[in-house]
Amino acid sequence: MANSITAYDTIAAISTPPGEGGISIVRLSGDEAIQIAQRVFKGKDLAKVASHTINYGHIIDPTNQDVVDEVMVSVMRAPKTYTREDVIEINCHGGIVDTNRILQLLLSHGARMAEPGEFTKRAFLNGRIDLTQAESVMDLIRAKTDKAMQVAVDQLDGSLSHLIKHLRQDIFSVLGQEEVNIDYPEYEMDEVTGKMMLEKATEVRDHLQQLMKTANQGKILREGLATAIIGRPNVGKSSLLNYLLHEDKAIVTDVAGTTRDTLEEYVNVRGVPLKLVDTAGIHHTMDKVEKIGVERSRKALSQADLVLLVLDASAPLQSDDRELLKATKDKKRIILLNKTDLPAQIRPANLEAVVTDDTLIIPVSILKTDGLDRLEAAIAKLFFDEGIENSQSNVLVTNARQYGLLAQAKTALDDVITGLQNDVPLDLVQIDMTTAWEKMGEVVGENAPDELITQLFSQFCLGK
Amino acid sequence: MTVPEYTGEDYDVIVVGAGHAGSEAALAAARMGQKTMLITLNLEMVAFMPCNPSVGGPAKGIVVREVDALGGQMGKNIDATYIQMRMLNTGKGPAVRALRAQADKNAYHRVMKDTLENTPNLTLRQGMATDLIVEDGECRGIVTNTGARYRAKSVVLTAGTSSRGKIIIGELMYSSGPNNSIPSIELSENLEKLGFKLRRFKTGTPPRVNGNTIDYDQTQEEPGDKTPNAFSFTTKDADYLQDQMSCWMTYTNEETHKIIRANLKRAPMFSGVIKGVGPRYCPSIEDKVVRFADKPRHQIFLEPEGRDTSEYYVGDFSTSMPEEIQQKMLHTVAGLQHAKMMRPGYAIEYDVIEPWQLTHTLETKHVKNLFTAGQMNGTSGYEEAAGQGIIAGINAALRAQGKPGFRLGRDEAYIGVMIDDLVTKGTNEPYRLLTSRAEYRLVLRHDNADLRLTEKGRALGLIDDDRYAAFEAKKQAIEAEMARLHSIRIKPGKEVDDFLASKGGAPLKDGILASDFLKRPEVSYEDLAQFMPDHPAVDRRVIEQVTIQIKYAGYIAKEQQKIDRLHRLEAKKIPDHIDYNAINGIATEARQKLTKIQPETIAQAGRISGVNPADVAILSVYIEQGKIAKVG
Repeated sequence: MANSITAYDTIAAISTPPGEGGISIVRLSGDEAIQIAQRVFKGKDLAKVASHTINYGHIIDPTNQDVVDEVMVSVMRAPKTYTREDVIEINCHGGIVDTNRILQLLLSHGARMAEPGEFTKRAFLNGRIDLTQAESVMDLIRAKTDKAMQVAVDQLDGSLSHLIKHLRQDIFSVLGQEEVNIDYPEYEMDEVTGKMMLEKATEVRDHLQQLMKTANQGKILREGLATAIIGRPNVGKSSLLNYLLHEDKAIVTDVAGTTRDTLEEYVNVRGVPLKLVDTAGIHHTMDKVEKIGVERSRKALSQADLVLLVLDASAPLQSDDRELLKATKDKKRIILLNKTDLPAQIRPANLEAVVTDDTLIIPVSILKTDGLDRLEAAIAKLFFDEGIENSQSNVLVTNARQYGLLAQAKTALDDVITGLQNDVPLDLVQIDMTTAWEKMGEVVGENAPDELITQLFSQFCLGK
Repeated sequence: MTVPEYTGEDYDVIVVGAGHAGSEAALAAARMGQKTMLITLNLEMVAFMPCNPSVGGPAKGIVVREVDALGGQMGKNIDATYIQMRMLNTGKGPAVRALRAQADKNAYHRVMKDTLENTPNLTLRQGMATDLIVEDGECRGIVTNTGARYRAKSVVLTAGTSSRGKIIIGELMYSSGPNNSIPSIELSENLEKLGFKLRRFKTGTPPRVNGNTIDYDQTQEEPGDKTPNAFSFTTKDADYLQDQMSCWMTYTNEETHKIIRANLKRAPMFSGVIKGVGPRYCPSIEDKVVRFADKPRHQIFLEPEGRDTSEYYVGDFSTSMPEEIQQKMLHTVAGLQHAKMMRPGYAIEYDVIEPWQLTHTLETKHVKNLFTAGQMNGTSGYEEAAGQGIIAGINAALRAQGKPGFRLGRDEAYIGVMIDDLVTKGTNEPYRLLTSRAEYRLVLRHDNADLRLTEKGRALGLIDDDRYAAFEAKKQAIEAEMARLHSIRIKPGKEVDDFLASKGGAPLKDGILASDFLKRPEVSYEDLAQFMPDHPAVDRRVIEQVTIQIKYAGYIAKEQQKIDRLHRLEAKKIPDHIDYNAINGIATEARQKLTKIQPETIAQAGRISGVNPADVAILSVYIEQGKIAKVG
């Protein structure tokens, strides 16, 4: 029984428009704002800091302790806040990728994606704005809240909605059966066993996990695959950049970046949108400021989904090269052995000792545009083969609302699984199972009140 | 010829109808010190069970315990008259366990009648209410068909299926209340004249057969439990019935279904004779055969109707087929080949009052001091009726005393869930409680009904001193045992580790609190007890509470969070008589629904179908600002 009123839960959203200024702000509002932020924050204990303070620290992904970004967190306790609820503002370094990742972390740790205008709505629900002001924005809420759901549902990719409906039916096959068993114990019906429920919950949970991964690809399609070209000075980074930019591939140039004093440039490689990060760094190294090379590359690395590591094949491997090879070890990367037009000092075989994984190593001569076809093909393959097509049925999760709901459904299923592993009785586990079913229903706009009961009666033969 | 009127006695509270709702209502009002009259069509049908001879089951059994915790009678009455007791869902968790009893239906009636007759302040009388005395929009009493005008401060109507009741058996149709009793016609007509919106519902009952003609060897026995259980807090384990009667299970088969299919055109459900809406969860056998055509057989339960009768209720075989066909259908069933049918099954159509015309106290919005309860409000089931009856009776008494009303929330009782569903959503079919209707079912357990509601019953004056003392003692024992388990440490050692190993659990690394030890899934309270020094004797009901509260603490806490959120929304009251037309921005459908339902809180407004979050938000703004346009 989904309650249509969601007021007072904790909501989150990115509150700065993308591409404006060097700092992005992710805002949280609600009773649990501080606790939720604390779950992904490394720094001071936010629960203990004074109200209206700014606190330095890092956002980390608690599942693997990865540092996502260096941030300043403002803690503002109710009632002296915009919404009159506890408010947290996370000032991060921008970059849509990191900002989104922070938002997604918050969504998977208890926050709900804010609906359009919801912060403002809360502000006057909590009496911060007077009626005259409220009336003037009321049409706006009307339009936004009513439509937000429908629009979100309409935007749904057909195959995503199909998949989710299918997964819901999977859940219902045990959920409904168990409800019937509970309400009609004297009937001979198939008993739902813990094992059945565990299998279903695990199966659906794994599907959701897959789906949530596609959130990145959905994002990439819209925002570009963040790609860093790195290498020590004079290996040919700028030539590669120019090649990519000048072969009629540039789709946007010189967009003032959302990262600090960097430029982002967008190119399209065989249908894959690449967002080249920190191109400023490359341009700078072209000028004469050589010393920042490696340091700069490291920073670009942290923002990249894909790394193009350029090595000078005409010179022996240097310590800077080795360091970069090590730094990119866990990244999706392609190694370019540049300058094949010159006598080779490094061959792919020479790298075997330092590159032990299956990283693609492509010998190229950027100067002679030799081997760059292979690079383009490799990028496309990496993206399409290992990316989308591997993730079942081309389904993409494309917006944060869907992601947030799926994250909640997944958390509920995790609870189901933990519960079952701890021998918790089925009807308790059922509470979490129902939550998962309802959250998934919200994604596809199917969670009418009393839906469960209607489904029960239409699918089971019951009666005294 | 009109019957001349005369002035009868004055009462504080008058209850019309002595079924399961009316009996509770009258008892509650009388026990709260109100001079009460309970008037009913036929004194031989007080607390009569026109359908299955049983009380309880999932959700319903919890309602019985809730009624009991509020000081009601149903639990005590069934404890005094059952012939079989079973705890259902024992293999499941604590939230959905349910007690169910087979009743001796004649005894059930007799004991309830005796209770009513011997309750101070209560007059039980046979008669038919035909009209209400309504002055200035307030109900001031009733008029009977014998011409009596009884004045009262408040009136409770519990007319059940008697309201313009119509029995249908095949092609036969006649005006009747349940089991061939006289129907109540004029009261319905007068309610319509007063402006109430009524609608037709349908329900049904299966045939009864003579138990001496059943071949039990062809059926499967369903005996009662050996472990004592009771509905009422006051019933002692020592009084548990040892000599119980069994039920018997059998099945329909293809032959039965063939006969049904061949005669569907004579089935009033399908021939269009029946206009009333029947319950989805309680379909007739012909309905099941049509809707679930692929099922080769359906279960049937043969339930004894009591010790002093040979009648058996053929459960799950509800039908309104012609009598002749009913006999043929019965004779196809294993064990019933030679069964003599004593009463045919029938369908009954009746009037209900659309329940959205009521508030949470079950008072009608339209006529003050008038309350309705039970099947008349669109529910089905004795327990649902009793649950509403006690609430209506309490509120009628409070009104007579000039005190504010009493209501239960969705997080407090199944009764609260039911009433909120009814008054907020209305119902399109006879409403039955199901555990799946309760969003907080983990806190609405049958085992804690007393803990949830006894104090409320006490405050209303419905719980006597002895019982309250016993309740407080139990509560304190639970608290003491909780505190004890949170203070004792279980130390690691060979005994403990051997035990844990035998259960497949990990050994203890350090000493842990007894409460944490009990949290382990493999550890029961009894297991824990053997590792605690100086373990005192603890009552099994206390053990049950302590175990549940410790083992399921995480789940309970999660549900409590949701409840806290509900409370905050419920704290946002909507003033009476808002003019929804004067609020800008609310969608038309929502405006109509809000005007019709008149929700009392923002939480309730949000539960109305057709009222969207945006409408609720806008409504909240108006309320927060205190600028509400009122009607008139």
